[in-house]
Amino acid sequence: MTDTTSPETPVEELSFEQAMRALETVVDQLERGDVALDASIALYERGAALKKRCEDELKRAEEKVAAITLDAKGAPTGTQPLDAG
Amino acid sequence: MSDLFDDPAPSDRPGQNAPEFTVSEISGEVKRTLEGTFGRIRVKGEVGRVFKARSGHLYYDIKDDRSVLACTTWKGQISSLSVVPEEGLEVVVTGRLTAFGGQSKYNMNVDEVAVAGQGALMALLEKRKKQLESEGLFAPERKKPLPYLPQIIGVVTSPSGAVIRDILHRLRDRFPRKVLVWPVAVQGANCAAEVARAIDGFNQLTPGGALPRPDLIIVARGGGSIEDLWGFNEEIVARAAAGSQIPLISAVGHETDTTLIDFVSDRRAPTPTAAAELAVPVRLELLGWVEQQGARLTRGAGQAVQIRRQRLNDLSRALPKPDTLLETPRQRLDQVSYRLPDALIRGVDRRRLKLSEAAASLRPATLRQLVQGRRDGLKNLSSRLSLRPIEREVARQGDRLTQLAQRMNALQSQRLQQARRGLDATGRQLEILSYKATLDRGYAVVRHGSDVVTRAAGARGADHLRIEFADGEIAVHPDGSDAGAKTVQQSTAQTSAPSKPAARKPKADPGQDDGGQGTLF
Repeated sequence: MTDTTSPETPVEELSFEQAMRALETVVDQLERGDVALDASIALYERGAALKKRCEDELKRAEEKVAAITLDAKGAPTGTQPLDAG
Repeated sequence: MSDLFDDPAPSDRPGQNAPEFTVSEISGEVKRTLEGTFGRIRVKGEVGRVFKARSGHLYYDIKDDRSVLACTTWKGQISSLSVVPEEGLEVVVTGRLTAFGGQSKYNMNVDEVAVAGQGALMALLEKRKKQLESEGLFAPERKKPLPYLPQIIGVVTSPSGAVIRDILHRLRDRFPRKVLVWPVAVQGANCAAEVARAIDGFNQLTPGGALPRPDLIIVARGGGSIEDLWGFNEEIVARAAAGSQIPLISAVGHETDTTLIDFVSDRRAPTPTAAAELAVPVRLELLGWVEQQGARLTRGAGQAVQIRRQRLNDLSRALPKPDTLLETPRQRLDQVSYRLPDALIRGVDRRRLKLSEAAASLRPATLRQLVQGRRDGLKNLSSRLSLRPIEREVARQGDRLTQLAQRMNALQSQRLQQARRGLDATGRQLEILSYKATLDRGYAVVRHGSDVVTRAAGARGADHLRIEFADGEIAVHPDGSDAGAKTVQQSTAQTSAPSKPAARKPKADPGQDDGGQGTLF
């Protein structure tokens, strides 16, 4: 996973991990306090969007387990719910 | 070879003078006998030469130190072999003896091959490891990083049993994800082929399709004996794992069991549970982290405003009030306006003082002193004014004039002498060239007045003539009747120069002339 996420990349296009790193960078920048005031507002907005993106990703923690059904030749044909207990 | 059926043959047909068999008949009998007598047997030996025909059938030898047994496994049987025979491998083969009439040969049709003993298995494993390692399949740079948070996890394992349960359980604890289970046999003859096919199958799924492609594969199996786990030591499994585009975690057996797939997988988990831990992060921790970052974010943004507000307040406090700003100038104005009237008076006073100081030094004596000074200067200059230098100059110039005059005189006399010498020389020349020289030789010049008479006719008409000789002149009075001299005079009358006859004539009376000449001088 590369860390080449420019500040212009839309938040929705970032993977969870990239969004995490971007959020961390934004927070660091804001805490250092060396950002111009209007830039810091934009930075905060981006940080908030990144946080939401991360939260959404974490909330979408759905479990769905399926077993692949195979035909006679062993090629996959579909899925069936798997209850492994 | 024939020994083998020497024994049964007599028992089938004891003591008869049997009719002849055809070759095919006896071949068929032999085949039947072989198959019927031995039935399904197990033979232990070392695999010799192995040959896989283009038809897909497998031909190989099993041998010990003295004998060789030809073995055949048909194409359809190969996939069910738990071990594919390899040269040098100690195996126990199971199958039936049979004969091939076409070549008068017998062989064994093998439908199962098992490795004979653990030592042999380990040796085989070592051999495969070396082979794959030499191909670079174990290289660390081949290992792919695992996704931080996979969306779909593909699990290759048995759909029933503790392994899948453990994995799902641990996933649920940490971060519930979508899981696709590809059911496979995890031991036995089909294990390797099914596992390899499952790995390939997951890779061939399209991302986001009806059967979505997982972004992480876990190949898992619980613990077992080396024979149980042997499927994961097969080369096809190792090659499928190495060829997987999807990052792959292997979790086969317990921590102490290492199978071939563990060397080529991107990560090896000691247990299936550990594989689930490697696969996903802990969701609650991440949620906590995000919350924490959110709080820091808000605090950071608030701080940015707060710090600037503080700074603004500080700066505003440092900004002075307008009143205080004007106080000092106002005070100065007051002071200055108070001092203004006095200043005028003082200014006049100061100028007056300067005037009186200046006037004090202005006295007649000062002027007189000045005049006296100038006068002295004049006197001084006058005393130095004298005629002597001019006189000296005049004397010097006089001397120079005298010198020049002397030089001029000297030059002049020199030139005069030179001219005289030139004149003398020229005169002498003239003398030489003049008619006077000819007079010495006897010629004479006759003149009437100042004119030279060159013709007798001229002389005849004249009242008096003067005849010039070398040593003087005489005056004669011609009578005009001198006929004797006529012809002589005619012959000499051609030139103005004196002629011989003319000269002879004066010679005739030199005495006459002497007297006249003498009186002249």
